[in-house]
Formats: sequence, structure tokens, C-alpha cells
Amino acid sequence: MNYPLYIFLIFGLSASSVFAVNTSTVDRLLQNYRQQGAHDFDGKAGEKLWHQSFKNPKTGKLHNCTSCHSKNLRKPGKHVRTGKHIDPLAPSVNAERLTDIRKVKKWLLRNCKWTLGRKCTAQEKGNILRYLQSQ
Amino acid sequence: MKTLTLLLTLSLLASGCMADDDGDEGNENSWRFLQKQRDVAAVSNPQYQEECGSCHLAYPPGLLPARSWKKIMTHLDQHFDDNAELEADVQKQLTEYLLLHSADHSSYRRSGRIMRSLNGDDVPIRITELAYFRHKHNEIPQRMIKGNDKVGSLSNCNACHRRAEQGFFNEREINIPGYGAWDD
Ligand code: HEC
Ligand code: HEC
Ligand code: HEC
Repeated sequence: MNYPLYIFLIFGLSASSVFAVNTSTVDRLLQNYRQQGAHDFDGKAGEKLWHQSFKNPKTGKLHNCTSCHSKNLRKPGKHVRTGKHIDPLAPSVNAERLTDIRKVKKWLLRNCKWTLGRKCTAQEKGNILRYLQSQ
Repeated sequence: MKTLTLLLTLSLLASGCMADDDGDEGNENSWRFLQKQRDVAAVSNPQYQEECGSCHLAYPPGLLPARSWKKIMTHLDQHFDDNAELEADVQKQLTEYLLLHSADHSSYRRSGRIMRSLNGDDVPIRITELAYFRHKHNEIPQRMIKGNDKVGSLSNCNACHRRAEQGFFNEREINIPGYGAWDD
């Protein structure tokens, strides 16, 4: 048995778990999604979903994430129904974005239901967060 | 003498500030000549402001009766064809806030008038469908509302009433975007 290696491993493991406690909101959410079976989150797929339109079965209207947010995430959006101004979603220009875990969960739930007509899967949410995070 | 005047002014201001928060009509009279009176109580709950002010202004609770807020708060996942659902604990706290400050629990004059204009068992879920509201807004031409980019609909109170969340709706403060003050 190679004791130094063993000790090194234990140290390494505990250090990484301490690190995990301090990780960002997005990393914590991605970790949750992995526990639900999602993996290999892909910002490109997230970007595609961001621009995809879904037909609302009740009204026949097309719903899209960009109905309220802008196509360019660094620009402000406007709520399609009420006209209210929405600050940019890109963390690079709006440091508050993707920092409050309850807020992110709440809006992904509501906005997926409104846009896609259903909840997003863990994989879809992870992809979207990767995309938003990169902006 | 100077000090006395200063003291008097200060105490008047202080009593005014208190009336500002508690919504007591009696107290508010002393404030009246310093500042035009509020029509309904200001939104006073930061959580309500955050949760119910993200898609539109946070409507002051004194604009609808408790039974209306109750109905609105139990159907948040189907909220005017939008989804405004909340976690159960937040939903409960905000419902309590709304019921406690609803038009039927407020002594502000505009809340009183709204209540008097309702039929006994009406449960309106829009402020804009109240008879009292319709009556106050029926002279405004559509080009200033629907045809106005910066307004869009009458639900957008703060487009014209700049201090709507603070509870001020008096005519002298109205500023319709692109048209300015209102004189009828
Ligand atoms: C009907 C309008 C609407 C649509 C469509 C919409 N959103 Fe939103 N979204 C909002 C509003 C309003 C907010 C909260 C306002 C704010 O925080 O500035 C928000 C907030 C968010 C947030 C919270 C960010 C943070 O940390 O502050 C995320 C993430 C988000 N939206 C993602 C999406 C995604 C993904 C879609 C498409 C599936 C989408 N939205 C579609 C209106 C919309
Ligand atoms: C996800 C977006 C969203 C959130 C969050 C939201 N609302 Fe709304 N609300 C709407 C939309 C859309 C309308 C309809 C606007 C229209 O018809 O112009 C509306 C309309 C209303 C109206 C009727 C306004 C009128 O025309 O008189 C009330 C009252 C109201 N909301 C209360 C609330 C309360 C209370 C909350 C917090 C629990 C809330 N809203 C949160 C989207 C939202
Ligand atoms: C298009 C601009 C516009 C919008 C939007 C609007 N109002 Fe008004 N409002 C007016 C005008 C103009 C008057 C004065 C009408 C008159 O006296 O002829 C008025 C009057 C009022 C009054 C009576 C004030 C008084 O001194 O008699 C109240 C209360 C009021 N509005 C509340 C609201 C609320 C609540 C909303 C949102 C649900 C709203 N308004 C949306 C323009 C607007």
C-alpha cells in the first residue's frame, strides 16, 4: 500500500468537496441536474433552444424566450404582454444575474412552462444555463 | 423664537412622516397641506414589490377587495395567460399581506370609494374592470392608450400615474406619455 498516495487522495477529495460548497449558483444547479441524470451540458444546444419558437396550442401564437428577453442577451428586453422593461440577462453586463438560486429556479419553471408549454428537462435547463453563463 | 419655529416645523414633518406609513386617515390630515394626500396606501412590502412587481408595477393592495386578491393568489399558475406561480411559503406570505391591506381593510378614501362601487358579491380580478375605474378613465381616447407605444393598456398605471406604487393618482400628477398633463 502506498501511504503517501492514499493520503494525497483523501486530501484531494476533501479539498474538492470544500470547494463545492463555495461554487457558484450555476454550478450548484448543474450539480442538481446531474443528479437527475443529465450530463455534458452544451451551451450551443442552449443557444438553439433560446431562439426556438413553440406554438401555443390554445392561442396558436408562437412563444419564444426572446418574446420577452432580447435576442442579444446583453441588451434589455420588454415583457411581451405588459411592456415592462427587463434588464439584460447576460452576467457580463448584469452581475446580479444567475446569482440567486431561488430566483433562477423560479423563472426557469415559469418561463419554460409559458414558452414551451411544459417544464424544461434537467438537460435543457443545464444547456440554457451554460449558454446564459457564457454571455 | 427661531428655535421654536424650527421645532414646530420638525414635529409637524415628523407626524407627517408617521402618517405616511400607517395609513390612518385622521393623522393624515396634518400632512395634507404639506403634500397632496395619497389616494391609496403605498406598497410597503419589499417581497411583494419584488415578486408582484417583476412583470408589471406592483399594484397597491388597496385597489381591490380581499376576496379579489384571494382569487388572484389561488390561480397564479394561470395568471392572465401568464405564469406567475410562487413557492408555497412565499405565496402564503404575500396573500396575507394583500388581505391585510386590501380595499376593505383600508381607511384611504379611494379604497373606500372602490368598495362602495362594488356589488355585494362581485369578485373582480382586474382593477381595470372595476366600475369605479372605468368611470374615471372613460374619457381618455384610445390613441393615448392602445395607440400609444409607451402605454399599451390601462393596466399599465405607472405609464401615466408616475407615483402609482406610492399610492398617488390625483389628476395633477398625471403625465400621459407623448401628451403630457391631463386637463378635462
Ligand atoms: C413572458 C415573458 C418571458 C418569457 C417568454 C421568458 N422570460 Fe425569462 N424572465 C421574464 C421576467 C419578467 C423575468 C424577471 C425579471 C427580471 O429579473 O428582470 C425573467 C427572468 C429570467 C431569468 C432569471 C435570471 C436571474 O438570475 O435574474 C432567467 C434565467 C430566465 N428569465 C430565462 C428564460 C428562458 C430560458 C426563457 C425561455 C424558455 C425565458 N426566460 C422566457 C420574462 C420572460
Ligand atoms: C410572470 C409575470 C407576472 C407576474 C410575476 C405577476 N403578474 Fe400580474 N399580470 C401579468 C400579466 C401578463 C397581466 C395582464 C396584463 C394585461 O392584460 O395587460 C397581469 C395582470 C395583473 C392584474 C390585473 C391588472 C388590471 O388590468 O387591472 C393584477 C391585479 C395582477 N396582475 C396582480 C399580480 C400579483 C398580486 C402578482 C404577485 C403574486 C402578480 N400579478 C405577478 C403578469 C404577471
Ligand atoms: C393612459 C393613461 C392612464 C393610465 C394607464 C391609467 N390612468 Fe388613471 N387616470 C388617467 C387620467 C387622465 C385620469 C383623470 C381622468 C379624469 O378626471 O377625467 C385618471 C384618473 C385616475 C383616478 C382618479 C383620480 C382622481 O383624482 O379622481 C384613479 C384612482 C386612477 N386613475 C387609477 C389608475 C390605476 C389604478 C391605473 C392602473 C390600473 C390607472 N389609473 C391607469 C390616466 C391613466
